[in-house]
Amino acid sequence: MSEIIDRRENPRHKSAVNAQRFLKRYRAQVREAVARAIGGRKIAEADRDASISIPARDLNEPVFHHGAGGKREIVLPGNKEYVTGDEIARPPGGGRGQGSGASDDGEGEDAFRFRLSREEFLDFFFEDMALPDLIKTQLTAIPHHQRIRAGYRTDGTPSNLAVVRTMRESLARRIAFQSPHLARVAELERELEALGGEHADRNDPRVAELLEEIEALRRRIAAVPFIDTFDLRFRNRIVQPLPIAQAVMFCLMDVSGSMDETRKDLAKRFFILLYLFLKRHYERIEIVFIRHHTTAKVVDEEEFFHSTETGGTVVSSALALADEEMRTRFPLDQWNIYVAQASDGDNWEGDSPRCLELLVQNLLPKVQYFTYVEITTGDPQNLWVHYEQAKATRPNLALGRIRDRTDIYPVLRELFAKKEKQAA
Amino acid sequence: MERAAITPPGTAARRRTNEPLPSGSEWRFDLIERYDREIARVAERYGLDTYPNQIEIISAEQMMDAYASNGMPIGYHHWSFGKRFLATEQIYKRGAMGLAYEIVINSNPCIAYLLEENTMPMQALVVAHACYGHNSFFKGNYLFRAWTQPDAIVDYLLFSKQYIAECEQRHGEEEVERVLDACHALATLGVDRYKRPPKRTLAQERLRQKEREEHLQQLVNDLWRTLPRRAGSEDESAELRFPSEPQENLLYFLEKHSPLLEPWQREMARIVRKLAQYFYPQRQTQVMNEGWATFWHYTIMQTLYDEGLLGDAFLLEVLHSHTNVLTQPGFDSPYFGGMNPYALGFAMYRDIRRICEEPTDEDRRWFPDIAGSDWLKTLDFAMRNFKDESFIQQFLSPQVIRDFHLFCLLDDDEAPNLRVGAIHNDEGYREVRETLARQYALTEREPNIQIVNVDIGGDRSMTLRHYRSDRRPLHPAYKDVMKHLAYLWGFTVRLETANEDGTVEPTHEVKVDKRRRPELTLAAALRTLP
Repeated sequence: MSEIIDRRENPRHKSAVNAQRFLKRYRAQVREAVARAIGGRKIAEADRDASISIPARDLNEPVFHHGAGGKREIVLPGNKEYVTGDEIARPPGGGRGQGSGASDDGEGEDAFRFRLSREEFLDFFFEDMALPDLIKTQLTAIPHHQRIRAGYRTDGTPSNLAVVRTMRESLARRIAFQSPHLARVAELERELEALGGEHADRNDPRVAELLEEIEALRRRIAAVPFIDTFDLRFRNRIVQPLPIAQAVMFCLMDVSGSMDETRKDLAKRFFILLYLFLKRHYERIEIVFIRHHTTAKVVDEEEFFHSTETGGTVVSSALALADEEMRTRFPLDQWNIYVAQASDGDNWEGDSPRCLELLVQNLLPKVQYFTYVEITTGDPQNLWVHYEQAKATRPNLALGRIRDRTDIYPVLRELFAKKEKQAA
Repeated sequence: MERAAITPPGTAARRRTNEPLPSGSEWRFDLIERYDREIARVAERYGLDTYPNQIEIISAEQMMDAYASNGMPIGYHHWSFGKRFLATEQIYKRGAMGLAYEIVINSNPCIAYLLEENTMPMQALVVAHACYGHNSFFKGNYLFRAWTQPDAIVDYLLFSKQYIAECEQRHGEEEVERVLDACHALATLGVDRYKRPPKRTLAQERLRQKEREEHLQQLVNDLWRTLPRRAGSEDESAELRFPSEPQENLLYFLEKHSPLLEPWQREMARIVRKLAQYFYPQRQTQVMNEGWATFWHYTIMQTLYDEGLLGDAFLLEVLHSHTNVLTQPGFDSPYFGGMNPYALGFAMYRDIRRICEEPTDEDRRWFPDIAGSDWLKTLDFAMRNFKDESFIQQFLSPQVIRDFHLFCLLDDDEAPNLRVGAIHNDEGYREVRETLARQYALTEREPNIQIVNVDIGGDRSMTLRHYRSDRRPLHPAYKDVMKHLAYLWGFTVRLETANEDGTVEPTHEVKVDKRRRPELTLAAALRTLP
């Protein structure tokens, strides 16, 4: 006799270990693919799951088998017009994959595609920025939720019992079940009263009948329970994302000729990291992209990263525009403001003092945090020199000079540390 | 194969007297049980001999897990299974592929996985197909009887998983992975084609494994003993050839004779070899096995319908799936992916039944022994005693060749064009049949590679010889395989090619100069200290 077993509740993901081994083995390739994927993503989409492809030739499992060439005779189905001795031109590209040469895993396709979950994707993204594990966990975690009251329900745990509600239900039920009987009892009692009340003749059959019925009805009335499971009401709680606040993030980038693709890529990672951080702390985030060379402009993300312009650099134009935007669109009592500025540090000499003035006078008093990264390999440029003067007295200003991806995190380290302390 | 698809059910007078089984597309456990009881009854009437069934309902994700591990319920960890899983998941989630309706494992009891998303008619079809079709094939076919141990396989899988996990703890994941990679590359050459393996239980296997470790190492040490030779024995040793005969089972040879492998590495080679051997019959009986299961789900379902147990709608859904499985696109169709083993196998079994029941003159000429015989006995005989190659050689009839419009195509890279050989006419039947049979022969599908020499007196290098046929070269991946082989052997390995004319020429060499990872061997030596 056959035995039928329901295995659906058994643990899934038996292959999870094997999938992890696979990712570990091909770490380098996957990381490269993730880096490519980051390049094609919008900042606000950085933490999603992703379809990744890595070159298939790297992950072949080789075995001995026949290659193309030589002589072989195969049998095929579906002959329509051929007779023995017919000659057929070879199909172009020599593409005869069928017949006896059973195709092996991975052959003939040049990319191996698979999905990375959001956590795996972020893990790879963080990996080459040398983020401390604690920060990684914090950024990867889904934002906090809170449980809020949302009406009543008929089942739940005893601790959530809503007593007043339950009693109200109970009362209503008792009234509903008892009142017809009560009315009838009153009626019968009136009749009994007419027959003499207390002193009525107990041998009178009608009186006996009345007494019996009254007695029966009283029993029924008493049988209606004071509390029934039917009455129970519990407080209902639902889970809602914790609305902390809203934040706006200004991305300022220098797009003068000296900012090349590699530098922009570094800047993008810097912005993404800040975005992920903000996302964890604020429910709603707006991003404003401001690009500048000699003049500044508010643009969309596509244009921000991808169009190039040449010309000189006047950083103060961007700072002034950001200040303007803050005043008109993001009132301080409603928004937390963060600014991330990326530049190669090369500014028109006469402009840097003006930048410092704008920063100290107008921006720093308004913003939660201002981070500036100078993407350069050489000596500090003049903008850096000026910004540094403000550093000592202003705790909400962070400066960093970055050469590669691992330098990005230290710039934000203080911010992360501070926020976590506040949250704790 | 329109011919086989929807023939009017039951030509014999129908006894539609029974109360039909509950129909509708939702399955329930009690329903599967009722259908299974009826299917079992019919199967028994047709004389199908099966292992007890264990039917397991699983979800789509679990089915993907099963895919990734060749359907095995337990398996050791290796990245290649993860790769397979990720690939399946990607294809499935994009909707490019449906999952199999079932997976069945050659074990005793016979484990069949049913997908929870199947409808009731599909579940019934799958039970008939897997639990009675495949199951009886596993129990009856001579290759499975000789090569697999359905009683012990689940235990052995458990043993291998635990053993390899233990090795990972003791020697590190990377070390273990390196050995497994190398063994996997040689897995297809890990089968004794002629010797039959002994049968063992899990307990015996554990006990043996300990003894084996010590014993094997002892044997290896004997072979590689480097005692000074007496003068005068030199020409003797020059004549000594090892192995004395070419060896085709590479993994077995490495397990027994590789000089530098540690005992646990030998045991892993053995595990990979054992599992390869378990799949060896399946590789040779695709057409027969799938054809058999398809023939029986079809026949059993028809019988249940004839008995009045199945409704019309139920049977139509069954036949719809049945027909889908049997699609055989022509060679020039964009959907063509080789011969469909379900279609070919099913057509052949049906044809054998036809030859038994309603033989034509042609059948009497071609199959004098079986024309007009008892179809159940003939089918049973055919199932038990053949593999794809010999089954086609023996039973492919002109009728089936005509139905499929089979023809031979000669692909010679020295000729400018492809040439059509035999087609489905009187002159061609025999040649088509022979060519198709050869196409399914393992010796034809896989290159013939054997160990011909090990220089035990000298540099310990190993020489493999590829016996080439029809000028068919090896796929360039052989270079990577040779690297894996060199890793397991520890010394230089060479590949040479024996051409059709008998000449032999060197093809490839992987040099290994120094002893591989001496620190490991030292570690092994230290472990043996008290």
